[in-house]
Amino acid sequence: MTEFLQQLLNGVLLGAIYALIALGYTMVYGVLRFINFAHSDVFMLGAFVAWYSVEKLGLPTQSIGGGLMALLLSMSVCAVLGVVIEKLAYKPLRQRSTLTVLITAIGVSLLIQNVAQNSRLGFGPNPKAFPALFPSQQLHFGTLTVSTHQLVVLAVALSLLGLLYWIVHHTRIGTAMRALSFNATAASLVGINNDRIISFTFGLGSALAGAGGVLYAMNYPSIDPLMGTLPGLKAFVAAVLGGIGNLPGAALGGLLIGLVETFVSGTRLSTFRDAIAFGILIAILLFRPAGLLGKLKVEKV
Amino acid sequence: MAFPIAQRGLLAALILAGVASAVSGSIDPYFLDVVMGVGVSVVLASSLNLINGFTGQFSLGHAGFMALGAYTSAMLSTVVAPHLGWSPALLQWVFFPFSLLVGGLLAAAAGLAVGAPSLRLKGDYLAIVTLGFGEIIRVILQNVDAVGGARGLTGVPTHTNLFWTFGSAALTVYTVWALLNSTHGRGFLAVADDEVAAEAMGLDTTRYKITAFGIGSFFAGIAGGLYAHLKGYLNPGGFSFDKSIEIVVMVILGGMGRHAGVVFAAILLTLLPEGLRELGSRSVPNPFGGAAWSLEWIKDMRMILYSLLLILLMLMRPQGLFHRGERRRQRT
Repeated sequence: MTEFLQQLLNGVLLGAIYALIALGYTMVYGVLRFINFAHSDVFMLGAFVAWYSVEKLGLPTQSIGGGLMALLLSMSVCAVLGVVIEKLAYKPLRQRSTLTVLITAIGVSLLIQNVAQNSRLGFGPNPKAFPALFPSQQLHFGTLTVSTHQLVVLAVALSLLGLLYWIVHHTRIGTAMRALSFNATAASLVGINNDRIISFTFGLGSALAGAGGVLYAMNYPSIDPLMGTLPGLKAFVAAVLGGIGNLPGAALGGLLIGLVETFVSGTRLSTFRDAIAFGILIAILLFRPAGLLGKLKVEKV
Repeated sequence: MAFPIAQRGLLAALILAGVASAVSGSIDPYFLDVVMGVGVSVVLASSLNLINGFTGQFSLGHAGFMALGAYTSAMLSTVVAPHLGWSPALLQWVFFPFSLLVGGLLAAAAGLAVGAPSLRLKGDYLAIVTLGFGEIIRVILQNVDAVGGARGLTGVPTHTNLFWTFGSAALTVYTVWALLNSTHGRGFLAVADDEVAAEAMGLDTTRYKITAFGIGSFFAGIAGGLYAHLKGYLNPGGFSFDKSIEIVVMVILGGMGRHAGVVFAAILLTLLPEGLRELGSRSVPNPFGGAAWSLEWIKDMRMILYSLLLILLMLMRPQGLFHRGERRRQRT
C-alpha cells in the first residue's frame, strides 16, 4: 500500500511536468495547426538557464527565494526565446503548407540541440549536475516519504496550471487566443491582431516549458543538451492523447502518461517504459483519433 | 508494359556496379565506405519518396523499418550462417542476398501493419503514429538481449560491397519509377494530389496507401541489411528519430516526389558531413605569415551548419533544391 501511494505520488509529479510541456504543444497547435518540434528544446534550455543562474549568477541554492528567482528567470528567458523563434522561423511561413513549417520546426530543434552541444557556443555535450534549488528535506507522513522538492514541484506545477486556466478563460487576451484557435479568419475580422496573439501564445507556452524543464531537473538532477527529446515526445503524446488543441485534454493526457509510466517502471517491464507512451498513443489514435477529450471534425468537401 | 530505356538503364547500372565491385580492392577503404554509405542513402531516400513524396503520406518512422531489416539480416548472418558451413564466397553471393530479402520482407510486413492505421489518419497524426512505431522498435531492440540490447550487435560479417549497394540502389530507383509510370501507379499520384477526388473517381485509396507503405518499407529493410553488413556493427541508437528525420530531409531537399532530385539529395547529404569532416582536418595558409589557420572549428560546426541549412532552405526554397517541374511533365 505504501509503495502504491509512493508510486502514485511520483506518477502525479511526473504527470504534472508532462502536462506543463504538453500545454505548450497543444496551445501552439490550437493557433497555428502545427507541431512545434522545438518545444522540447525550450524545455531543455529552461533547465540550463536555472543551472546558469545558480552556477554563474550566484543565486543561492537551498533557499525558497533563490529557487523562485531561478524559476522566474528561466521562464522569462524561455518566453522571450519562444517569441524570437516564432518571429524568425515560423512567421515568414505563415501561408505555407504545414509540412514546410513542420520541417522548419525540426530544423530549429536540431539547431538548438547542436548549438547547445557545442563546447564553444553552448554548454558542451557532457551532463551537468543540477543544484538543489529549494531547501531539500525528507518529510515522513506515516510510512510515506516525501521530499520538499517533490512538494515544490507539485505546488509550482499546479499553480501554473491554474494560472494558465485563468489567463485563457478570464482575460481578454485569453479570449482572443480561444477565438483565434476557433476560427483565425473570423478572429481577425472582429479586430484581433492575430500575429500578436500568436506571439503571446508562443511566449506563454515556452514559459511553461521552461518551468517544466526546471521542475524536471529538480526531480532528475542531471541535465544535458539532449535531455528534452524524450520528455518532449512524451508530452507531445500526452497532448495528442487528450485531444490536441484541447487544454484540459493536455493536462489530463500528461497526468495519464506520467502515471502509467511510473507504474510500469515499478514492474518487470521497467525498461520498456519509453515504449509504453507510444503504444498508448497508437492505440488511442486507432480507436479514438480525436483524443480523449477532442471532438472529431467532419471533413467537408 | 515495358520501359526499354529504364530497363536498359537498370541493366547498365547493374553491370557498372559489378565492374566497380571487381576493382574495389584498389580503392581507398575510407572512400569505399563513404561511397557505399551513399548507396544505402539512395535506397532509403528513394523508398521514402514513394511514401512521402508520391503518395503524399507523411512517415517519420523510416528508421524503424530500416532497423527491422538490419537486425533481421544481421541475425541471419551471425546465427544461422555459421551453421551452414558454406564458403565465404557462397555466403556473400547467395546467403547475403537471401538475408537481405528476408529482412526486407519482414520490414514490409511491418509496413503493411503500419499502413493499416493510415486508413483513418491523415497528415500530422499519421506522422506521429509512424514516429511512435519507430521509437517502439528502437526501445524493443534496446531491451532484447538476444540481439545485443543496448550494447549493440557486433560481429556482423561485412558482406556489403559496391555491387550489392549500387545494385540495390538502382533496383529501388527503377522499381519506384516503373511503379509510378504504370497504369496502376498513377493512382499513387492521384492519392497525393487530392484524396477525396481520387476516391470519388473510384480509386481504392486505402490500397494505394498500404501498397506504398509496404513497398517503401521493403526497401528500407533492404537498406538496413546493407547498412548492417557494411558497418559490421549495429546499435539501436543509430535507428532513432534523428535517422528518420535525416531521410525525410533528403526527400524534402530533393523535392518531394521527384526521382532524380531525391537521389541527388541523398548523395549530397551523405557526402556533405564527410566533406566537412575532411575540410575540418585541413588548415589554410595564413596570408599574414605565421602559423597556418586550422579549420578544426568546422568539425564542431558541421551539425550546426546542417540545421541552419535546413531552416534557410525551408524559408527560401520549400519546394526543394532540385525542383524542375518533373511532375508536370509526367502529367501531360
